[in-house]
Amino acid sequence: MQLIQINETELTLSHQKLGTLKKAGLGLVGLGTLFLLLALTGLATNSPVLFIVLSLGLMTGGAFISFYAQRKEEPPGIKNNQIWQKSFTARGSAAWILGVAVTGFYIVLYWFPDLLEHWIRMVDPVAYVLYNGPADQWFLYGFFYTVAILIMGSRMILVKYRHSNYQKIRTASIMFFQTGFAFLIPFVLKALNQPDFYFTYFWPLKYDYLFPGTVDYLLSHPGGLGVFMVFWGAVMTFLATPVLTWFFGKRWYCSWVCGCGGLANTAGDPFRQLSDKSLTAWKTERRMIYSVLVFIIVTTALLWLNSIYSGSVLGSLSQGFKKTYGFAIGAMFSGVIGVGFYPIMGTRVWCRFGCPMAAYLGILQKFFSRFRITTNGGQCISCGNCSTYCEMGIDVRWYAQRGENIVRASCVGCGVCSAVCPRGVLNLENGPRENRFSILNAFYK
Amino acid sequence: MDHLVIIGNGISGVTAARTVRKTSKMKITIISGETDHFFSRTALMYIYMGHMKYEHTKPYEDWFWEKNGINLIKGWVEKIDTDNKYVEMKDGRIINWSKLLLATGSQPNKFGWPGQDLPGVQGFYSLQDLELMEQNTAGIDHAIIVGGGLIGIEVAEMLHSRNIPVTFLVRENNFWDIILPEEEAKMINREIVEHGIDLRLATELKEILPDKNGRVRAVVTDKDEEISCGFVALTVGVHPNISLVKNSKIETGRGVLVNDFLETSVPDVYAAGDCAEIIVPGEARNRIEQLWYTGRMQGESVGKTIAGKRTKYERGIWFNSAKFLDLEYQTYGFVSNIPLESENSFYWEHENGKHALRIVYKKENRAVTGINVFGIRMRHKVCENWIRERRPLEYVLTHLRDANFDPEFFKRHEQAVIDHYNKKNPQNKLQLRRRRLPAGLFSE
Repeated sequence: MQLIQINETELTLSHQKLGTLKKAGLGLVGLGTLFLLLALTGLATNSPVLFIVLSLGLMTGGAFISFYAQRKEEPPGIKNNQIWQKSFTARGSAAWILGVAVTGFYIVLYWFPDLLEHWIRMVDPVAYVLYNGPADQWFLYGFFYTVAILIMGSRMILVKYRHSNYQKIRTASIMFFQTGFAFLIPFVLKALNQPDFYFTYFWPLKYDYLFPGTVDYLLSHPGGLGVFMVFWGAVMTFLATPVLTWFFGKRWYCSWVCGCGGLANTAGDPFRQLSDKSLTAWKTERRMIYSVLVFIIVTTALLWLNSIYSGSVLGSLSQGFKKTYGFAIGAMFSGVIGVGFYPIMGTRVWCRFGCPMAAYLGILQKFFSRFRITTNGGQCISCGNCSTYCEMGIDVRWYAQRGENIVRASCVGCGVCSAVCPRGVLNLENGPRENRFSILNAFYK
Repeated sequence: MDHLVIIGNGISGVTAARTVRKTSKMKITIISGETDHFFSRTALMYIYMGHMKYEHTKPYEDWFWEKNGINLIKGWVEKIDTDNKYVEMKDGRIINWSKLLLATGSQPNKFGWPGQDLPGVQGFYSLQDLELMEQNTAGIDHAIIVGGGLIGIEVAEMLHSRNIPVTFLVRENNFWDIILPEEEAKMINREIVEHGIDLRLATELKEILPDKNGRVRAVVTDKDEEISCGFVALTVGVHPNISLVKNSKIETGRGVLVNDFLETSVPDVYAAGDCAEIIVPGEARNRIEQLWYTGRMQGESVGKTIAGKRTKYERGIWFNSAKFLDLEYQTYGFVSNIPLESENSFYWEHENGKHALRIVYKKENRAVTGINVFGIRMRHKVCENWIRERRPLEYVLTHLRDANFDPEFFKRHEQAVIDHYNKKNPQNKLQLRRRRLPAGLFSE
């Protein structure tokens, strides 16, 4: 008796077709990349729009073709197949090549932007549309960054996590804040002759927003907008951040709004499993991230003291702090290492080891928040998917297998531990703080 | 000083060691021939699928054992001498003990099929089985799985992840219907077929045929159909791994015979986990529990006993969970595959066939005794309390929201469930209650 059967040859064939379609899509992405590299040589100078289409257009089109094929190929659900068997996602040679390339891009971007001249000119037409002026390296960077988040964010929504509304809505939020607040609005402000202000970045991540120099500049800017920006920045840092973190945990920022988290959770998603879960890494993390927080607080304080005393005492010292912070943390750490090392150290290197905003949010989350990841009774099978796919390197399983809730300063609430758990053991929850840490889930008695 | 020797570093043995260490300073040694360190057996499938590497399946970092004073020995035990209290290793080493815990786990079943020992035919239980499967499935065009249980569906998912076409021979009329009621079993049938797996229900293996090199070439089913294949997985259940114990003075049946305290017939010798057969006085059949959860609970219980606080193993209200390809399953209490005379059941299934809820209750007082849930995550504690407190069906239905454990923004099905009930019971319409606020801040 064969109650249910499917024509096997047909199935195999359709699988092959889809395989071909996926490869074709990826082939177009490759072709687009090739055009992008060719543009660096100056080929695009006379026809920038054509080259944008040939490079980014082909990459986008190819990506969407492969998304379509993947959707058809597999029913929705967690499919981390072969991640630890592929060179690209398992620290193989392909990963190293990509890591070196991205690291190289950041070094060039920060210190040798002239080398990117042809790319910058290629995106001129986009810049003219937005603010009627020529592009510069930061426009190029913002443009690439946003495109990466949009394409790879679409992959999250359309393919990888299409069974999870939490992931879909969260990813849409990231894409929205990046496109609107970290790309369009700053450049539109520029077009309107206003200071180019990022409403989604606050001190201490955007450290100079509370530096006396920036504050003076904004306050002195004609029109009320500058004053509002100073007000906004201060309110977000000192009022909105603690309040929102109290209700939702640090995730409201780190995995719903922030562009650094946005890139990590979209373009970086194939590399999230590479974070180090060892106890040693956790110790290093705590030492480093709180040092950076102290560093930026001291720097900011010194600058204000210097400003109050008109530079008489601390002038060179505070400037030295500012320069060192800008170079070592602002450029080297958050950019070069933070993104360049994705394929080797995972996606949240900056967020985990360096970001002072994450440190601040983390303290709030640990001690002043209703957020926790609840462990569902005794259902953990210690398989390790949660720990493996935690981008922040939290050994989630350590808690889950003891039936203990997870309350960790570093947790960005991406929700992937809950998604990959094959037994439905983990859930992100905001709730009363009583028994928040408790063993065996006393949430409900 | 007492020396506890544990044979087997699976979940039972390791949980026992950790439990003993919490209250006792006695010397502890864990012996395993399988691996150097404890790993999660349930995660083996994910190594093959590439979701994880072996190192990720280790729940504790390697330094953990030394720090907690737990000695690890890699090797196979050859002989157990309970008179002189020592074990002898294959390499001749003698290890003395004052207390011995047997936690040797299971072995895959084979039922004497012709060709069951051919190269390319195997069971799936240990890390060695995984390594063998890696070799056995390299470059094959087709695989056969025999036996529709939890391991069978895992192997199906594993092979499927590598695009190896699978034919799945299942003896039952519907998948796992020796455990699940028909509706749930059929739901899994559909899930399997939807993944492009060739599911042959009510079909058994007759024999396995070799090629000219003596490797597996094909299987023949009880319908005399020959299906060619390069690999056969025999996943027709497991049995206690007690060959080592059989030559000792410790009493065995199907497994190592133990009482409710997991004590064997020999003083100072205990058994826990898959290998233990718990004597149930007055029942025809003793209990062998082969689940991760029961292994852990038995390990914890026997650990307390060994450490000096004699503790009866009580597994509490039953629960289990599994994942059938993309379909998550949880069960609480007891749900019989064939309805019991004294019970009724309420069943709701989403029209898309991906979510279902069954609540079994007593006819006499409508007290809920069991829950099956598919495609919805439910809160363990809440379900357990309902069953312990013998809440009636209607109470459970109206309080369903308390139990929801799905991630935020997931579609909730409680109202659909209530509507389904109300349609069937127009004279007794229920209204869904608001989610009860967690205990502590507001009491009822």
